[in-house]
Amino acid sequence: MSAYVLNLITVRLLIAALTLLIVSFAVFFATAMLPGDTATILLGQAATPEAVAGLRNAMHLDQPAFLRFLHWLSGLMSGDLGTSYVNNVAVADLIGGRFVNTMRLAGITALFSVPLALTLGITAAMFRGSLYDRLVTILTIGVISIPEFMVATLAVLIFSVYLKWLPALSFANDVTSVWQLLKVYAMPVISLTFVVAAQMIRMTRAAVIDTINTPYVETALLKGASRPRMVLRHALPNAIGPIVNAVALSLSYLVGGVIIVETIFNYPGIAKLMVDGVATRDLPLIQSCAMIFCVGYLSLITLADIIAILANPRLR
Amino acid sequence: MQNLVEIRDLKVEATTDSGRRVEIIKGVNLDIAPGEIVALIGESGSGKTTIALTLLGYARAGCRISGGNVRIAGKDMVTLSERDRAAIRGTEVAYVPQSAAAAFNPAKRIIDQVIEVTRIHRLMPAHEARQKAIGLFRALSLPNPETIGSRYPHQVSGGQLQRLSAAMALISDPKLVIFDEPTTALDVTTQIEVLRAFKSVMKKGGISGIYVSHDLAVVAQIADRIVVLRNGEVQEIGTTADILTRAQHPYTRALLAAFEPQPRGGEILVKDRKVLLEVKDLVAGYGAKHRDGLPLIRAVDEVSLSVEKGRNLGIIGESGCGKSTLARAIAGILPASSGTIIFENRELPSAVRQRSRDQLREMQIVFQYADTALNPEKSIEEILGRPLTFYHGMRGKQREARVGQLLDMVHLPNSLRHRRPQELSGGQKQRVNFARALAAEPKLIICDEITSALDTVVAAAIIDLLKELQRELLLSYIFISHDLSVVEAVCDEIVVMYGGRKVEEITPAHLQAPQHPYSKLLFSSVPKLDPGWLDALELDPELVRSYSKS
Repeated sequence: MSAYVLNLITVRLLIAALTLLIVSFAVFFATAMLPGDTATILLGQAATPEAVAGLRNAMHLDQPAFLRFLHWLSGLMSGDLGTSYVNNVAVADLIGGRFVNTMRLAGITALFSVPLALTLGITAAMFRGSLYDRLVTILTIGVISIPEFMVATLAVLIFSVYLKWLPALSFANDVTSVWQLLKVYAMPVISLTFVVAAQMIRMTRAAVIDTINTPYVETALLKGASRPRMVLRHALPNAIGPIVNAVALSLSYLVGGVIIVETIFNYPGIAKLMVDGVATRDLPLIQSCAMIFCVGYLSLITLADIIAILANPRLR
Repeated sequence: MQNLVEIRDLKVEATTDSGRRVEIIKGVNLDIAPGEIVALIGESGSGKTTIALTLLGYARAGCRISGGNVRIAGKDMVTLSERDRAAIRGTEVAYVPQSAAAAFNPAKRIIDQVIEVTRIHRLMPAHEARQKAIGLFRALSLPNPETIGSRYPHQVSGGQLQRLSAAMALISDPKLVIFDEPTTALDVTTQIEVLRAFKSVMKKGGISGIYVSHDLAVVAQIADRIVVLRNGEVQEIGTTADILTRAQHPYTRALLAAFEPQPRGGEILVKDRKVLLEVKDLVAGYGAKHRDGLPLIRAVDEVSLSVEKGRNLGIIGESGCGKSTLARAIAGILPASSGTIIFENRELPSAVRQRSRDQLREMQIVFQYADTALNPEKSIEEILGRPLTFYHGMRGKQREARVGQLLDMVHLPNSLRHRRPQELSGGQKQRVNFARALAAEPKLIICDEITSALDTVVAAAIIDLLKELQRELLLSYIFISHDLSVVEAVCDEIVVMYGGRKVEEITPAHLQAPQHPYSKLLFSSVPKLDPGWLDALELDPELVRSYSKS
């Protein structure tokens, strides 16, 4: 059967690659459609038409869009993200350090939020209908309803302004001790955990409850199994597929969507870089960031799919 | 002798969706002696499974035991704490579920699930449990007892899984085993092996059993005593022989009568025999198409048959033999890949889309599950009115009157017309389902397992209705079923299918005995209302093996 699984996984990977190609197409043309002419903006209002034409020529802006797309795509393939329009620095260099920062924040948040969410979700399902379950449900729904800028702003207000425990800004670069690291990351991580964990808790609980209602879990009960055994040994292995998918969806948010949190804590991450890029109309930068978000999202989703396939003995 | 089980005045309450409390078990008393097997018989909703589950101190979600005692070896399962109940579950009382396919965890190996009871209750070391399981596999005549446990549930057949679930129940040497319709989901030829295996293991171990079933003939083979239930109350208790031969209660008699429907005999409706439908070399199936236009998986393989006007054709076979696919191919829902369908001397296009409205009207199909065939959002009037408008252009008063006539034909009160399907009972839904086919005024109705989801008594009433309507409207039926007695009651000709092919055609009126070995096996596998039938039955093991799905 493993040839079959290999085939399934290959198909998933091919679909991911195809999606990436389509997205790159969309990203390129969406940014190309932005109003205004890049050369005019770069040179300012006073530029002579000759200068603008010369710059357009140098930047290949006078070529048909499809040719530019192919040119850009082949650059991406060979790892060349292009050069920033604004300061002539390679986009790869601009992104490099920022990307590491974003991944670090995402990684720490994931390390913290995934175990928390799974534990809460599974235990809530295990004791469905109990006071504990209701408490978890009410809290998660409450947290889902509060927008992240609210959580982040409140956190700053309480911990930095009134209590003065934590720094309001997260400069990720001047960390020298573990204690400092904790202090710097505490607020962004807590704010992000609020956002991503709630979704994971709800999905995990629902997935586990779905499998608890199956005849094989009832059979386990009638064999004399305890509640934790029923849930952990019988329900959970069959709920892995949906749970992994929920986790991947939530985490994919961390790769690209943390702009609000990055802005509030002034965290030098990639999302903030992209917004800056939009302000200065730095097309190669915007395109590269968008592609990075897309790659991150796709790899998480594809990974979740592959784990779900491997967890199913019917396919294995 | 001390009784192993003593149920006294047991009451179970269910909470409905609207929050109302309904008593579904209304004071049941029952004793079971050590080594005795007692059957609980009744139709769906009679409370037989609910009573059986109380022996484990368990009531399904929304139900609770509201009164009485359930004593097992002196311990009352009703008053014990959940922890103490869990200690008894699996060790002293074990459960064999209705659908083993659903009761096995798909993500775990079979052996781990079979010996899980010994692990939960710390009965014996794992290697010892494994050896014991293999011994049980052997006793239950499972193939490859040494290695079958290392497979996953989806890798073994339904009949094997059912025996494996018995092994799962027996691993801890329980005093009482509860069998919850363990053979209902199985084909008749498989059912025999499973019943035999159960019976011999239970006898050897001197184990008491509760056998829940709706099938009197199956129960007659295995039970010492039979309890007849209806609406949560005991109607009659007696030894198997007494119930079968000297039933006192009218309901028990109705059950027995429903079991032996009147064979159709040689009733002749139409004098001059005219062929209505002729099917020649029909091939239909699923999956990718080969270059010659034939499907990858041929579910129906070169089947030919014919139906005469006013006569009925039965198609019988076990699950997966292609009988439903044949029905869908004739109706055009699944277009046949090759072969011809001739209806009233004109060839029909293979796909339903290419058939004319009149061709569609003349041939109707009725599906097995009325629950899914009827739109839950529409009232009965709308459901029946739709074909009237579509085929006959009826509207307004005329349509309203016709809906009334149709309801009358299927013996439903006119007051049902404003209800929705979920407000009707299973038998009523199937009648509406059938009335919808009648609305088109067809010449031929294809009935695909229309009685399989119904209780015996209800199914018998539907069969009578079919016969009555045939006399009145000169219909022809193609009647598809896995149940031989039902087919015999309705049909003039019977086609036996196996593996997508027609193996034999039999005309029961001519007292023609089946000739093909598979037909012989199938016909002899149908349980009879005779307690000695299973023990006396001798099947050629070679024959059984060649036609059993491994």
